Amino acid sequence: MARRSGSVFTGCGTVFLKELADHLGSGRMRILEWLVLLTGIGAVYTAIQDLKTTTSQDPFLFLRLFTNAHDPLPSFMAVLGFLIPLVAIGLGFDAVNGEFNRRTMSRILAQPVYRDALLMGKFFAGLATLAVALVSLWLLIIGLGLIMLGVPPSGEEVMRGGAFLVVSLAYGGLWLALAMLCSVIFRAPATSALSALGLWLLMSVLWPLLSRFLTEAIFPTTQLTLLTGPSYNQIVFQQMLARLSPNTLFAESLLGILDPSTRALGPVFMTQLEGAVMGNPLPLGQSLLLIWPQVTGLIAGVIVMFVAAYIVFQRQEVRA
Amino acid sequence: MSELDRNADVVVARGLTKRYAGVAAVDGIDLTVRRGEIFGLLGPNGAGKTTTILMLLGLTESNGGTIQVAGADPMRDPLEVKRHVGYLPDAVGFYDNLTARRNLRYTARLSGLSRDEAETRISDALARVRLADVADNQVATYSRGMRQRLGLAEVMMKRAELAILDEPTSGLDPQATFELLDMIRGLKADNIAVLISSHLLDRVQAVCDRVALFSHGKVVLEGTVGELARQVLGGGYAVEIEATGPNLPTLLAGIPGVQRVTDSGDGKFQLVAARDIRAELGKAIIGAGGSLMRLDHIEPSLDTIYRHYFEGDHGAA
Ligand SMILES: Nc1ncnc2c1ncn2[C@@H]1O[C@H](COP(=O)(O)OP(=O)(O)O)[C@@H](O)[C@H]1O
Ligand SMILES: [Mg+2]
Repeated sequence: MARRSGSVFTGCGTVFLKELADHLGSGRMRILEWLVLLTGIGAVYTAIQDLKTTTSQDPFLFLRLFTNAHDPLPSFMAVLGFLIPLVAIGLGFDAVNGEFNRRTMSRILAQPVYRDALLMGKFFAGLATLAVALVSLWLLIIGLGLIMLGVPPSGEEVMRGGAFLVVSLAYGGLWLALAMLCSVIFRAPATSALSALGLWLLMSVLWPLLSRFLTEAIFPTTQLTLLTGPSYNQIVFQQMLARLSPNTLFAESLLGILDPSTRALGPVFMTQLEGAVMGNPLPLGQSLLLIWPQVTGLIAGVIVMFVAAYIVFQRQEVRA
Repeated sequence: MSELDRNADVVVARGLTKRYAGVAAVDGIDLTVRRGEIFGLLGPNGAGKTTTILMLLGLTESNGGTIQVAGADPMRDPLEVKRHVGYLPDAVGFYDNLTARRNLRYTARLSGLSRDEAETRISDALARVRLADVADNQVATYSRGMRQRLGLAEVMMKRAELAILDEPTSGLDPQATFELLDMIRGLKADNIAVLISSHLLDRVQAVCDRVALFSHGKVVLEGTVGELARQVLGGGYAVEIEATGPNLPTLLAGIPGVQRVTDSGDGKFQLVAARDIRAELGKAIIGAGGSLMRLDHIEPSLDTIYRHYFEGDHGAA
């Protein structure tokens, strides 16, 4: 590799601003926003109907808006776990191959900027777009809650809401980076979109099943386990497998942050529960500590995907 | 940049080589482009012109040889090269949903121009390529020729030392080609060196000060069109005449200095001579009782030179 001179970030801001303007003005983004908005409001609305009748004493009434599930609609949290990847893929699947197909790539790379700047500018523009969408959605939910429940959120609820935004962004960033990786690998946007969506389906629908089957294959059911239930090893193994999916990491993080009574995200021993009052909420700091590994995992995933995209892109011929 | 650098050649490449899967696409070529000249990189499709250009810009790594472009090595310092070189790629594309002005604004900002400087340069460049009236229309509405001109505007806007234009006239009608070549001459007037690649030898030969003829990754001939003609056509001075008279072919062949006579029918003849023999020709035809309608000195076409070169003993290689 040749020695390089000049800053890697030259031009990054320019790319960022252009891509951000493109995203915010694009028809594709409009469609995705409506999709998120309608599903989100649907889920929250039913949650509000539930909450009105049941818990008026709940100290975390607002957080229930996110976690309350009402058949047949899933909770807002679950909806997000499903929809954030869709939006992120929509923003990233043609990031790089689009430039090749429009034949703008060689013109851009003939300017004094490194390829990193292009990739990074595009990534952060996608991330900022996601952030804009998430924050507006979040404000909307708080607004709906205020109007329909008639109580303002507490300070801690707002802070937990902020943490929720950060976690969601990390999760979205992971799918965005993955979609961009696909856009680097595949020249045809349709192929790129399809492979990213395929992975999304694998991770959100098939992986939970697969991890159970795999565990059962490795820890076969015997007479003994039928009596005692699954062994500790088996539970841990299945959980490790499940956590290979970013969806699991995201769901666990949101559970930890939005449901303060969550005390652990894995198997719990009786000794650990000594002195704990069941159902009592954890303080915010403790909740954050609890989900820290999951969040770190998500961020590590973002970095791995981005670096992979960078390496493949760096080796690519400029001419289409 | 020092005064010394200013006078040096803009492009100096020695033994430049690029292999794709072991096959040489560019095979040890030497190139020199002087400051302020228009240099033609000519040859058929697949000869290695685009590959050479990509290496000059540092967009593809070479497998051997040394390059200096605008005083920098594109392999080691691509950003420095890109700051001083404008590039119009083969089949250039723009963001169709943006206006021409916005398209240029983006690359202007990427190339490090300040906002104000960019605006004046963009307006200037768009006016020079005669797109000022449609500058705020979406590029989606542009014809092929307009896109090509917009690409040229981008190169002008950069005020580079060297403009590299890859097949700028391909896909253009004769009128659009003529206009574009005229604008390319404008670059030279600004003392910008131009490297222009084309597979249409005849079309661009008129604007080129010097040319390099490519074939299978090698530069087979290099120099001014006149030099190449002398080298390949044997120092011939070509004349075309339109005349009638008794036994003209024999008469023409008998004039001292005439090397070859070709009868192209309809009373037209092409002659190759060692020197300017137009005066003798006229006298001889009139003297023999014939009549001379037309007598032209013809610039040999690059196509002829190229074909001739390969029909000769070089072709077998
Ligand atoms: N990415 C590539 N992989 C393999 N071969 C290539 C690649 N790019 C170009 N070539 C080959 O290199 C040769 C020169 O191509 P090119 O420089 O595009 O020619 P020109 O621009 O003169 O038409 C061609 O034979 C082409 O097939
Ligand atoms: Mg070419």
